[in-house]
Amino acid sequence: MSKVFKIFSLNSLLVPLVAIVLGLIVGAIIMLIGGYNPLLAYSSLFSTVFGNVYDFGEAVREITPLIMTGLAVAFAFRAGLFNIGAEGQYIMGMTAASAVGIKLTGLPIVVHALVAIIAGGLAGGIWAGITGYLKAKRGVNEVIISIMLNWTALYFSNYIVRSFLLQKGQQRSEEIKDTASISIGWLSTAFDNARMHWGTIIAILAAVFFFIYMWKSKQGYELRAVGHNGDAAKYAGMNVKKNIVKAMFISGVFAGLGGAFQVLGVFHYQAIFTGSPGIGFDGIAVALIGMNHPFGILLSASLFGVLTYGSAGMSFGAGVPPEIIRIVIGSIIFFIAAQGIVRWVLKPLYLKRKKEKVL
Amino acid sequence: MDAATPVVELKQITKRFPGIVANDSISLKLHKGEIHALLGENGAGKSTLMNIVFGLYQPDEGGIEVNGEPVMIDSPNKAIELGIGMVHQHFKLVQPFTVTENIVLGMEPKKMGVHLDYKTSVAKIKKLSDQYGLKVNPNAKIQDISVGMQQRVEILKTLYRGADILIFDEPTAVLTPQEISELMGIMKRLVEEGKSIILITHKLKEIMQISDTVTIIRRGKVIDTLKTAETNPNELAEKMVGRSVSFKVDKKPATPKETVLEVRNLTLKNKDGIAVLNGLNLNVRAGEILGIAGVDGNGQSELIEALTGLSHVDNGIIELKGKDITNKNPRHITESGVSHIPEDRHKHGLVLDFSMSENMVLETYYQSPYNKGGFLNKSAIDKQASRLIEHFDVRTPSIETKARSLSGGNQQKAIIAREIDKNPDLLIAAQPTRGLDVGAIEFVQKQLVAQRDQGKAVLLISFELDEIINVSDRIAVIYEGQIVGEVLPEQTNDQELGLMMAGSKIAGGTA
Repeated sequence: MSKVFKIFSLNSLLVPLVAIVLGLIVGAIIMLIGGYNPLLAYSSLFSTVFGNVYDFGEAVREITPLIMTGLAVAFAFRAGLFNIGAEGQYIMGMTAASAVGIKLTGLPIVVHALVAIIAGGLAGGIWAGITGYLKAKRGVNEVIISIMLNWTALYFSNYIVRSFLLQKGQQRSEEIKDTASISIGWLSTAFDNARMHWGTIIAILAAVFFFIYMWKSKQGYELRAVGHNGDAAKYAGMNVKKNIVKAMFISGVFAGLGGAFQVLGVFHYQAIFTGSPGIGFDGIAVALIGMNHPFGILLSASLFGVLTYGSAGMSFGAGVPPEIIRIVIGSIIFFIAAQGIVRWVLKPLYLKRKKEKVL
Repeated sequence: MDAATPVVELKQITKRFPGIVANDSISLKLHKGEIHALLGENGAGKSTLMNIVFGLYQPDEGGIEVNGEPVMIDSPNKAIELGIGMVHQHFKLVQPFTVTENIVLGMEPKKMGVHLDYKTSVAKIKKLSDQYGLKVNPNAKIQDISVGMQQRVEILKTLYRGADILIFDEPTAVLTPQEISELMGIMKRLVEEGKSIILITHKLKEIMQISDTVTIIRRGKVIDTLKTAETNPNELAEKMVGRSVSFKVDKKPATPKETVLEVRNLTLKNKDGIAVLNGLNLNVRAGEILGIAGVDGNGQSELIEALTGLSHVDNGIIELKGKDITNKNPRHITESGVSHIPEDRHKHGLVLDFSMSENMVLETYYQSPYNKGGFLNKSAIDKQASRLIEHFDVRTPSIETKARSLSGGNQQKAIIAREIDKNPDLLIAAQPTRGLDVGAIEFVQKQLVAQRDQGKAVLLISFELDEIINVSDRIAVIYEGQIVGEVLPEQTNDQELGLMMAGSKIAGGTA
């Protein structure tokens, strides 16, 4: 476990933390310019999330899919790929889980849910796998393919819902069968009817899986080698193309599972989308703030979820438009990307202990 | 200012990095109009020291005086202000920009606040160029001029900013012999015009040729400062590596046995359909070193790629111990008993962001004991890495250190350790000593000979004629994708090889 601590060394934790603080400060300045009280805004944001069990449970619900799409983006990134298509993979995961949850009947309670989850994961994986395959075999840039596939997924899933799963007279699918639900009734009751589900547990396990697979397994070693230096990986006899497809597939499974949880645990149906849900795109931000490390992503998804969910309370309590929170999140990403600024802020600290650079 | 006052004086500079003391109380005096060579092995601490002088690092202890005044150099801007300029080993130029645009970058001359006034700069650059005999065209684009010219642009850049003290970091590493002698001329001209130069290098020949004073650094400490006129290459080499170094490779006559590698009629076309390997034939036997001599770009890289499975050949046969390995994948070829020291260690040899430990099992990670049921066996990997690092004297703070932070020589040692330890039948060594200092070169060449003595077949590809002649048991000359002749090293000389490399087919010896 020494590696966990090394990655979470003071230094690597410091940059995102300072970036978060700076992001909040930027948000505060903008609120001041707009004539709002930032202290009241932030305090009502946090008291919304931590003020009662229902809202806390709902914040956890908000966090769960962000963990999954964050892991998806980070996983591909570790293999040297930019999976901007987590959005589409997430939608495909939703759609497959809906289809299985609605159309498949006669399965026992746990089995049906498991089959639906697996279907969602596979759908996301295959969707991302298309990108990986085209990149590996044809050399097409993965960013371009996955952006196009995001739109394809959006309209494809709307078509599926409208043609096969539609609840009569509504802009959404039928309810999934009770056997396919992954909601946790007693926990929801405990949390004052917040929508708690098993997906949250699986999301945490997924982060652990990510860590073990990437840094402890033979296949993870290959993925990282390919990600850092494809030429050296080829020299070492690794199948670079296979690894690209594999990395995209696993990445897509994460996103697809995130979609499946949302249908099976939260909504229990799927709406016809008027626009992209955005959870996959938020995953890019989550991965960035989490420094592409699974445990960092657990933290950053929590932050992201708390800010997003709490922003509603902010508009109630302080009259601040919830969009301000997107400015805060945007600023945090900016400060993480522009680490030089953060290091400049930290410079007094750095003068004391210099880092190893060139020997 | 007193004439005897040094233009730069370093006093007891100490710089520590985690796990290593890069500079240990180093003192050095640079006098006006002097070329002061800083000699040391890769990783001895030369670059760290110069980065301190140029303001990129701060010393932990000690101080710097410029013209007798104590100064605090906390940024490159400050260094430039003090008249210190650095010509980096890797040029920092914008390719599509012109020479002038590159030189003024960061201090563009402005007219009325916004309009860029290049005319005066062009004139100023032209004047500087003429004054020092640089012959640079201020309006040429960087992408259109040679590497040697680009280096002169770097020199001009420092002069334009008013540098009186120039630091050259390994300036000849990227130059052709012709360009090197031209650079020597320029450096002499610079000191004649009153500039002072610090020359960082590990090439003894250049030091003897051009420097006035030489300071030798080993493992972060100053070993000695000598007048160049009062020393010789052997003494310098000995002080640099800490023991006596022989420039001759010590080896017994070869006793070649059965053929290990047989290549017949190998043809490989590049993307444009031009045959870069054109019916190439060669064989290497167990217990011998076959050296491939040739000018860069005559198919050497393609030959290596074909032999190691990195690219597919269009025609011909490659046999290893009688078994066909033509167009097999790299892993198959590795497992058949081929080890490969690649010509570009950063591109192929190492994953720079992996730890040393991870790099040491790059080709064997999937085998027992490193792979246990799909999981990496960290303790077995670390044990192997520690063993190789100790046995081959790879200097690294720890096995967890990233390969990127090691010096070139130590990176190369690590690769050689890994490749030799696989106990191959055929060892392909492509430019194994490129960019290394004499101590490391000696080490690498000894390892190649040791492999031969253990009955391995060794294929050595090198652009250094000295290396080919000293190390090989048999020399094959490659020209335009073909082997145009074979000679024995004891029966040939530079001139004959040079002619063959230029394409004349008068093969001497036992062709």
